[in-house]
Amino acid sequence: MRLIASIGEWLDERLQIGASIRETAEHEVPRKSASWFYVFGSAAFAVFILQIVTGIMLALIYVPSAGEAWSSLQTLNHNVSLGWYIRALHGWGSDFMVAIVLIHMMQVFLFGAYKYPRELTWIVGVFLLLVTLGMAFSGQVLRFDQDAYWGLGIGASISSRIPLIGPFVVNLLLGGPIIAGATLSRFFALHVFVIPGLLITFVAVHLLMVLKLGINEWPMPGRVVRKATYLKEYRELTRNEGVPFVPGAIWKDLFFSAFILFSIALCAYYFGPFGPSGPPDPTIIQTAPRPDYFFLWLYAVLSYLPASMETPALLIGPVVAILALLLLPFLAGEGEKSWRRRPIAVLTVLLAAVALATFTHLAEHTPWSPVMDAWSGIPIPTEFLQNRTALERQGALVFQVKQCHNCHSLANQGGKRGPALDSVAVRLTQDQLIRQVIQGGGNMPAYGKNLKPAETTALVAFLQTLHPPGQSPARDASRSIALSDEAGKPASKNP
Amino acid sequence: MTLPASLSRRAFFTKLGIFLNGLVGVILAVPIVRYLLSPVARARRQGYESWVPLGNLEQFPSGETRLATYRNPVVNPWDGDTADIACWVRNVDGTTFQVFAINCAHLGCPVRWFAQSSLFMCPCHGGVYYQDGSRASGPPERGLFQYHYKIDGGKLLIQAGEMPTPGHATNIVRGIQPCA
Repeated sequence: MRLIASIGEWLDERLQIGASIRETAEHEVPRKSASWFYVFGSAAFAVFILQIVTGIMLALIYVPSAGEAWSSLQTLNHNVSLGWYIRALHGWGSDFMVAIVLIHMMQVFLFGAYKYPRELTWIVGVFLLLVTLGMAFSGQVLRFDQDAYWGLGIGASISSRIPLIGPFVVNLLLGGPIIAGATLSRFFALHVFVIPGLLITFVAVHLLMVLKLGINEWPMPGRVVRKATYLKEYRELTRNEGVPFVPGAIWKDLFFSAFILFSIALCAYYFGPFGPSGPPDPTIIQTAPRPDYFFLWLYAVLSYLPASMETPALLIGPVVAILALLLLPFLAGEGEKSWRRRPIAVLTVLLAAVALATFTHLAEHTPWSPVMDAWSGIPIPTEFLQNRTALERQGALVFQVKQCHNCHSLANQGGKRGPALDSVAVRLTQDQLIRQVIQGGGNMPAYGKNLKPAETTALVAFLQTLHPPGQSPARDASRSIALSDEAGKPASKNP
Repeated sequence: MTLPASLSRRAFFTKLGIFLNGLVGVILAVPIVRYLLSPVARARRQGYESWVPLGNLEQFPSGETRLATYRNPVVNPWDGDTADIACWVRNVDGTTFQVFAINCAHLGCPVRWFAQSSLFMCPCHGGVYYQDGSRASGPPERGLFQYHYKIDGGKLLIQAGEMPTPGHATNIVRGIQPCA
């Protein structure tokens, strides 16, 4: 022990940082801020360290070349001992990182910590969120598989919509005319050099400001922030009921960071690494690309936006959202901090959380996409075929062969793009069915040119059998009159 | 009071030193920016597109739509499979063709052809197109992108080389006449 102490003294005599470390560690924080609610920032930092370490580990093997990247990931997964585990840690680490950064942001927002004098801390935090998302997207590209390839295509298609300079932005993003070697190389440079450099800088500034300005005090309803008096009040608060950060508060940060890191380790062990999915060969078109978890909500939004709204929403939406976040501390830099007195803030968070969760949930089921192999892979359940006429069964065949099943479900199987057809005969009469099939409309293609009259007749006959037992199919009330003779008798039983 | 004089001389040299570094910085910035902008340099952009063969005409029977692939004309040795691009070739009537980009006009995912219902469907957000490439349903704002094509020596050639995107579809013309 004495040796360690003397080495420490020798080092500090030359480094001269012991005093400032001690001062930082023992700075007073408001006792109530030493709370389990104040652990997310340090947990994000801990995950960031994990990402740096595992990222460097992966760089020992990974080859950032479009021709080799995918097979180098296979090597990592299968031929390098525990390579799969390092990949899994890095992948799960990124998911946890995005989640913790978002939770941290939500907590800071609800606790009013962005108000005077911590406006700049919040603004740097917004930049930290953006670079974290940048890391997540560029990392997904480095897992150079089918999803990464087509995800880049989506990124290029969105960028190309920027007025005037769109095509140039695409070329700059891709490093050339197509997604190829140059694309991967520049995303490697972004993911490994540029964005981490920004991230480390922003983290340093962010932390420095937390230390200089002091951690946000626990918000109390009625304790209003005023620029004229706040600093004095905060000083008094820390003097009267402050505790030293070490050991008063840090043990909670340490416990929570350990818990998060352990959770990542467990998830990585049980669920393994993400992909890679199929090789990045654009001639393999039997693929349904999906983004990673944290961008699923965007994937869902993109399918629900009407065509006319798409370009404005894609280009203006993010700008408005980021501007709103950046301007927040200037628009609400004073006033109540407690979420108990800020109902709109609480509603905003709830709305954002519900929207994100809903869109993510929808994107996991992609009800807007045709099920590409439903027509050949999912048979019509037998109850829809029993006791049917030859014509109706012929119609069922048309239903499969013409890929109707890709977009329409029967007995909850098949596509969810269009309405389920289990009881379509109750909703639409024969004439309406024929019209819908031939002319389409309401987001359904017109099948008039693709169906022979006999096929249409058979298909509609089959569709007319689709009604719950005991509930009769829809019937045009004027039909019997139109088909009857002048005396009012039915013209014939079966016209 | 001699000190301020010498200080101001040093202050002047400091300012001059900052100015010299700024000047060198600007001089260095020119090649750096040009290097960064090389993918959009005028000379390179013009060379992105050229005529590439898709194969003999016999590979594309009349009235049918077939998948074709080509090697992108601008290519690096380390591009691997990514420089192999697919497209859909529709032989309309034996003499007229339509060559569609594989990329959905919505966000670029690969569309698949369903011959039975004569539709292209996209697996990402559910864009659907008719056999002539026009929009049938879903989020796309327009029909499929089409390549210029020509027939030369019994081969079908298309003008390709750049990924078509909604903002850049200059090579797209509807109802184009064959060149040869």
